[in-house]
Amino acid sequence: MSDHEYTPKSKVGKWFNDRLPLLTLANHLTDYPTPKNLNYWWTFGGILTFCLITQIITGIVLGMHYVAHADLAFQSVEHIMRDVNYGWLIRYVHANGASMFFLAVYIHIFRSLYYGSYKSPREVIWIIGMLIYFLMMATAFMGYVLPWGQMSFWGATVITNLFSAIPLVGESITNWLWGGYSVDNPTLTRFFSLHYLFPFLILGLVVLHIWALHVPGNNNPIGIDIKKPSKDTVPFHPYIVIKDAFALLIFLLIFAFFVFFSPNILGHADNYIEANPLVTPAHIVPEWYLLPFYAILRSVPDKLLGVIAMFAAIFVLVILPWLDTSKVRSTVFRPIYKQFYWFLVADVLILGYVGAMPAEGLYLLIARVATAYYFAHFLIILPFLGMKEKTTPLPLSITEPVLGGSTDMAMARNNSDFKDKL
Amino acid sequence: MSDSEKKKPNRRDFIVTATTAAGAVGVGAVVWPLVDQMNPDASVKALASTEVDISAVEPGQSITVLWRGKPVFIKRRTQDEIDSARAVDLSELKHPEKDEDRAINPEWLVMLGVCTHLGCVPLNDKGDYGAWFCPCHGSHYDTSGRIRKGPAPTNMEVPKYEFVNSNTIKIG
Repeated sequence: MSDHEYTPKSKVGKWFNDRLPLLTLANHLTDYPTPKNLNYWWTFGGILTFCLITQIITGIVLGMHYVAHADLAFQSVEHIMRDVNYGWLIRYVHANGASMFFLAVYIHIFRSLYYGSYKSPREVIWIIGMLIYFLMMATAFMGYVLPWGQMSFWGATVITNLFSAIPLVGESITNWLWGGYSVDNPTLTRFFSLHYLFPFLILGLVVLHIWALHVPGNNNPIGIDIKKPSKDTVPFHPYIVIKDAFALLIFLLIFAFFVFFSPNILGHADNYIEANPLVTPAHIVPEWYLLPFYAILRSVPDKLLGVIAMFAAIFVLVILPWLDTSKVRSTVFRPIYKQFYWFLVADVLILGYVGAMPAEGLYLLIARVATAYYFAHFLIILPFLGMKEKTTPLPLSITEPVLGGSTDMAMARNNSDFKDKL
Repeated sequence: MSDSEKKKPNRRDFIVTATTAAGAVGVGAVVWPLVDQMNPDASVKALASTEVDISAVEPGQSITVLWRGKPVFIKRRTQDEIDSARAVDLSELKHPEKDEDRAINPEWLVMLGVCTHLGCVPLNDKGDYGAWFCPCHGSHYDTSGRIRKGPAPTNMEVPKYEFVNSNTIKIG
């Protein structure tokens, strides 16, 4: 919380604030000192909050019209699309909103990876973030089951069967998850219940995520600590608020493009066929945001090991703060890591691509190499590189490069708007 | 308090331990119904068996019926298919099972049409062994429904079934 004491000006405000210090909190959030060199990659926290609220609001509305029953769910979704006033709009915003949410979260995560925002003292922020990401995947997966189309049904079958890989208790666990001997009505109703619950758990974790952020404060593009708060920071309001709002507006343009011009491009045509437990679609593919993990799952020929590899791919991110041994946060000062960073980005994109392709021949080979590289990046390259790499000299403060300390820094040159302010 | 001195448990320690233990049992008793309500319920279990008329199935033909929400393949095999299934050396198999044990009546193969990898329904007359092929992750099964190639760990499961008469099979 902020260092200075805050007293509301009005008498009523003071009376209330003495009993519940909400105004102190509001003041803290307004004055919250933010590094003045934050670039547009830092605007995705605000965008993600917007995405979560959008999903919750549209989801609550959809829940008023949707029927969670195996015989009625598919029809009720069509009813929303055709009969309910603006139902098509609300459903398309919700369905594409999930994709937009993941697009934003991937940018947010890769921003963290580039600027070392997961490093000390921000490990807890990162771990809470990973929990949010994991819950997002679970929520999105269960939401995709609700329309009860062919992809819903068979996606649910494949994913819940992952748990059958667990030795001895696997079958009991899958039967428990299903409430039967296959994905059926009991599975649908519980998925609906949990799909409604999880976003509120995410909301709670977002509060903790922001709370944990406000203890050490934001990281920044050059990744060094704030030296003189008065010189190195600007108050959150209005500087960051207006910047976040502008970025959100651009993001909404892309969002609106999907909703109004190609609302089904990210979905699968098979999901407009009602679920049929006797016929598996020729080609089962999860939603795009899960494809890299799907590729890792399929690249391992053994069932149990494939499942372990997939969950390990997420877990390795959780322990990342301790795998990266480099004390320098920002990639700007790590010339060798910078190359490996872009290799990782390419690797994840390749995994996503082969995840959408059939698991055979060359695709399978590529998936295996890319999976091996993914784990090598985190388990071999990061720990050793941190100890060996020669980093370039860090500036003394955020203000120094701007005022002409080290003129060879691209970062400082690009941020000309700060020069104007000074 | 010094560490070397071991404190003798007194009456208060006893009460704390007993209360904690009783509390743990109470929490368990409350949590279990909440967990168990998700298990298959009585109405699901009630659909445990189904009878199938197989009089119209010709040799080489396969029918699929729904049992407990899962597809069951009932395949009337040709002599060639039976021969090829029985000729396989068990050492070649990932999950060694004799065809004789999987098909009591060699002409009829009854098994869950569920890939043991991640639960998709394999396609008939496809794959490297001219029998079943799972489109999801590429598992190949032979004419006995045994896994031969791909990620599936075991053969397709043979459910409990019996011939009620020569034209009827009871599954479950």
